[in-house]
Amino acid sequence: MSGALKRTDFVQPREFKFSKENMKLVEAHIAKYPKGRQASAVMPLLDIAQRQNDNWIPEAAMEEIARLLDMTRIKVFEVATFYTMYNLEPRGKHHLQFCTTTPCWLMGSADVVKACEKHLGIHMGETTKDGQFTMTEVECLGACVNAPVVQRNGDEFYEDLTPDNVIPVIEALKAGKQPKIGSQTGRQTSLGPLGATSLAKQAHDTGNQIMGEPAPAKKAAKAAAVPTEPKDSTPTDTKPKGKKK
Amino acid sequence: MLADKDRVFTNLYGWLGADLKSAQARGNWDRTKDLLAKGREWIVEEVKKSELRGRGGAGFPTGMKWSFMPKESKDGRPSYLVINADESEPGTCKDRDIIRHEPHTIVEGALLASFAMGAHACYIYIRGEFHSEAVALQKAIDEAYEAKLIGKNACGSGWDFDLYLHRGAGAYICGEETALLNSLEGKKGFPRNKPPFPAGAGLYACPTTVNNIETIAVVPEILRRGASWFASVGREKNRGTKVFCLSGHINNPCNVEEAMSIPLKELIEKHGGGVRGGWDNLLAVIPGGSSTKLLPKDISETVLMDFDSLRTAGSSLGTAAVIVMDKSTDIVYAIARLARFYWHESCGQCTPCREGTGWMYRIMQRMVKGEADVTEIDMLLDIGSEIEGHTICAHGDASAWPIQGLIKHFRPEMERRIMEYRQKAAA
Repeated sequence: MSGALKRTDFVQPREFKFSKENMKLVEAHIAKYPKGRQASAVMPLLDIAQRQNDNWIPEAAMEEIARLLDMTRIKVFEVATFYTMYNLEPRGKHHLQFCTTTPCWLMGSADVVKACEKHLGIHMGETTKDGQFTMTEVECLGACVNAPVVQRNGDEFYEDLTPDNVIPVIEALKAGKQPKIGSQTGRQTSLGPLGATSLAKQAHDTGNQIMGEPAPAKKAAKAAAVPTEPKDSTPTDTKPKGKKK
Repeated sequence: MLADKDRVFTNLYGWLGADLKSAQARGNWDRTKDLLAKGREWIVEEVKKSELRGRGGAGFPTGMKWSFMPKESKDGRPSYLVINADESEPGTCKDRDIIRHEPHTIVEGALLASFAMGAHACYIYIRGEFHSEAVALQKAIDEAYEAKLIGKNACGSGWDFDLYLHRGAGAYICGEETALLNSLEGKKGFPRNKPPFPAGAGLYACPTTVNNIETIAVVPEILRRGASWFASVGREKNRGTKVFCLSGHINNPCNVEEAMSIPLKELIEKHGGGVRGGWDNLLAVIPGGSSTKLLPKDISETVLMDFDSLRTAGSSLGTAAVIVMDKSTDIVYAIARLARFYWHESCGQCTPCREGTGWMYRIMQRMVKGEADVTEIDMLLDIGSEIEGHTICAHGDASAWPIQGLIKHFRPEMERRIMEYRQKAAA
């Protein structure tokens, strides 16, 4: 887009081939679109290429995609340079994308950014020397109720951040562990921190706090079908409860 | 306040499961076959009667939009339904919760809406950043296929229906319907000239309707409970329930489903837990996502949260994303940051928007410090009016509105900064 000039990296690998497993995915994506409209699959294919190639898309991958989809190379190149989620240069293992748009900024995203810059010893747009972390600034990630938000590798959201609770997230990633995805303050998704203001019956049945009422008894929380204690929110928060990713 | 029994999204916070069984226990997929058996016209008529207006921002009557689709294909071109889940308007995160916690209402709504428009295929375009949400939605789609609720002979109705998920890759502009269609075709997200409208030539040049995902998600409930139920909520021409996103300087930031036309103050006090430091600490509210003009405290006091009341107040409902700013806010920076957003997200197709958003952002950057001339405030308005209406899509207009709102209500603050900067420079 006009505000985000993207260039491909100077050093490029000569070849790119989709792995056997990914080739199946590629075929599944192409099959989603009507015959002759296979170009529609260019976006999912770029995404798969990026995942296969350590978080960035080399030019060779674009050529391979152009060949697979019977598109001209420039058409694939156009798409890859237009959308912000496609990285055309190598990124750190953990690509941290900081939202700093107004709703996140109001809640202190600038301090979160500063704390991370200090902790990692890099500035926005840079990668740590060990190739572990890249910090970039992105526009609204669409989780404004849980601002400020950071996304990792375009996959997981870390929400409700403060300069203090963002450091343990980075440390966990550094140690090769999976930090808790979602809210870092124990909030359940987009429920207000003071409690529910609607759906009183469901809130009661699942042992959730209702705003302005005394905290629910622990018993109710245990009897609930869904774990609601903050410590129980696993990285699968966004998926049906009780199943591992 | 909306009664709990009138809420469409009973699992907005994810307390109950999002899987098929839990969804069915909540009433999803109940008698869907019977609804389909009542026929296309009945569904469109019912949605018309419910006075449902599109939830994506423009507020176009949904039933009327559906009726633009051809009744039958005369030239063999298929019809498509495309669902817009490219929610990227700063402040907005309602669709995210519907997708991850209520995916089956979306799948069911997609089937009913596609049937009503004679579409055998539907694409859901979800923003790329919503990865785990896309996983949750894909799971619901797979479950529905497995239970034969969609696919060949969907719900045993004799109607074949395929639903596909397409992930975006980080472009605000793809929330514009024709840019979305281009993106879905594997091109850059450039908006198209209208006409032809999508109902005439949309996806792959076939008749297409693009609806917001929240619009689609309320359809099954409208059909089950009847149009009169939906039309009994809210006030005239602004009917039904709506998911509001409350963010910024409030005590209880949350997403909540409420009746249309709820007073803004009540929304903030009852659901948002009040403004940080009390109502008197309120500086301004952006009522409907970043592109809508901000409202100062006195207007926020009385305005109703619906399309018409907000339009009268000089703003708009947009996506109903309420961003609250208290008196500690640097209001000029807050809007300058939005100016940067619009500059960053301009697709670059039309010159007024490509260049103008950059001009406005650069002037706004200086306004934050006061390093500007007083005449440049009017220059900002001038640039805005040169962009507005001179571009293919509404991104240009949207980029001018937040700045117009700032100047309308906070001009003295901007002038004060300029004077202060001059005095400092002179000293």
